[in-house]
Amino acid sequence: MSCVLKATDLGVSFGGLKAVEGFEIEIGENQLMGLIGPNGAGKTTVFNLLTGVYQPTQGDIQVDGKSILGKKPYEISQCGISRTFQNIRLFKQMSVLDNIKVAYNQNMKYSLAGGIFRLGGYWREEAQVEEKAHQLLEIFHMDHLADHVAENLPYGQQRKLEIARALAAQPKVLLLDEPAAGMNPTETQELMETIATIREKFNISILLIEHDMGLVMGICERIVVLDYGKILAAGTPDEIANNSKVITAYLGQQEEAAC
Amino acid sequence: MNSSQQKKQKIFSWAVNLGAVILLYAVLLFLIGNGTLKRYEQGILMTICINIILAVSLNLTTGFLGQLALGHAGFMSVGAYTAALFSKSIPMADGPLKFLAALLLGGLMAAVFGILIGVPALRLKGDYLAIITLGLGEIIRVVIENLKFTGGAQGLRSIPKLAKLPMVFWITVCIVAVLFALIRSRHGRAIIAIREDEIAAEASGIHTTYYKIMAFTFAAFLAGIAGGIYAHYLGILGASTFDFNRSIEIVVIVVLGGMGSFTGSILAAVVLTLLPEALQRFSDYRMLLYSIALIGMMIFKPSGLLGTYEFSLTRLLRRIASPFTGRYSSGEGKREKLRQTEEAKG
Repeated sequence: MSCVLKATDLGVSFGGLKAVEGFEIEIGENQLMGLIGPNGAGKTTVFNLLTGVYQPTQGDIQVDGKSILGKKPYEISQCGISRTFQNIRLFKQMSVLDNIKVAYNQNMKYSLAGGIFRLGGYWREEAQVEEKAHQLLEIFHMDHLADHVAENLPYGQQRKLEIARALAAQPKVLLLDEPAAGMNPTETQELMETIATIREKFNISILLIEHDMGLVMGICERIVVLDYGKILAAGTPDEIANNSKVITAYLGQQEEAAC
Repeated sequence: MNSSQQKKQKIFSWAVNLGAVILLYAVLLFLIGNGTLKRYEQGILMTICINIILAVSLNLTTGFLGQLALGHAGFMSVGAYTAALFSKSIPMADGPLKFLAALLLGGLMAAVFGILIGVPALRLKGDYLAIITLGLGEIIRVVIENLKFTGGAQGLRSIPKLAKLPMVFWITVCIVAVLFALIRSRHGRAIIAIREDEIAAEASGIHTTYYKIMAFTFAAFLAGIAGGIYAHYLGILGASTFDFNRSIEIVVIVVLGGMGSFTGSILAAVVLTLLPEALQRFSDYRMLLYSIALIGMMIFKPSGLLGTYEFSLTRLLRRIASPFTGRYSSGEGKREKLRQTEEAKG
């Protein structure tokens, strides 16, 4: 299995604080990987490093063997890494359809003048994107909501829309930051199905941050556990569930048996 | 809906709007012809056109891009002086061609300043950007006041009065049309996405810096054209006209019309230019009433006259025609949408 996203010895420090240190990950094609850890372990910081929001102070990140170090977030998005955010970040005042279309922007070619005077493939490209955006919404069963303002969607739909928007950027790797946060069990179940569908239909790799252990253990093939910015353990769900270090990090040290 | 149908609809909508504009133009010509619109009224209409251009262009940066800029008068003055100096010094027969060339040059010079100011200033956001653009706008004014070739504090005189109302009317129409087309292209979507959420926009592959500077520069270009028209309408220029107050006036038009609505800006430009004129009888209380109108507006409708809503003539026509054709009924469509949202919310 070839490796799509690879991070070696990745780290960042803010002032003297080492937020993440020596982080390693290898995500293969079409692999679904989980990233877990207690609050403040540095999971979202890892996402911010991978997507260029923070510049790492050590280590390297490679997409398909090419380093993406020093690139801006929009360039990294064009390299094939897309993400969602922990607290949903939609273009609230725009329609659902336009939210998707924004992400297609990077693959559209017509120029500024072309846009103003409706020349140079304006009609063709706009029609194509319109079509593609509707198809994408169809997959998420949201096509009937296309004209709605994103802000007015219910919470679960907003989460789905954000994932759809990330997919519209045509990524190789999709980073999902707590997609099930704030969802009820039914919605979480639905989300698990959605993630499975995405993997099947788009043939992409997914890295997932999640606190919902049921979801992580249920769908991830490999799990990386982060604590205090360092990797605590990595392995299959079973290995992780029985790892004593992981249990300690989550539940605390078991007290010495009273003598 | 397939694309050819959509294209047909758009062409229909263009035809309607073009028809309306031509009708407006015919009325204008007629009123000038029979002497209803005298010099004074024509002057007001000219000011309205200039204010419309200034307001819609500032709306691009402030309303659509979401960056509060307070230096629009600075760009206007750059355009005004460049255009005026051009038409004063170039030995070319006075006429529309010279006027257009002067405007273009004025706009381009303002755009150059837009880039020069935009590149450092747009690193900042919100109130910081407002203060820095305010400062840079003032710097432009002070520099113009102290340079020799701009006439210093005395300003420029005897600029050929090339601005004629019919011509300015069409320039305004073209600028508004260009802005509408821009905002409805992929570039426009990118600009609005930056206003909505800059981090998400960048994560979606939008080159935010490029689009910010592009929109800012484009707005500066249009402000320069407005300045050029202003110079060729009055025939004299003084740097003090383009002070901080002038910038604020434009911001007030944009805010009152609704940030993110070009038609709102146009409406507000008309209202706020006419209001002081209409209140002239109460000259003592004129500014007081004007201010009270603004305060009242902000209390009762803080999003401005139109908010982000765009008035559409096509939509209005359809609505009027719907009882006869039965093809489009506004209320039903909305109710249907509402029902769907409710269902989705479950």
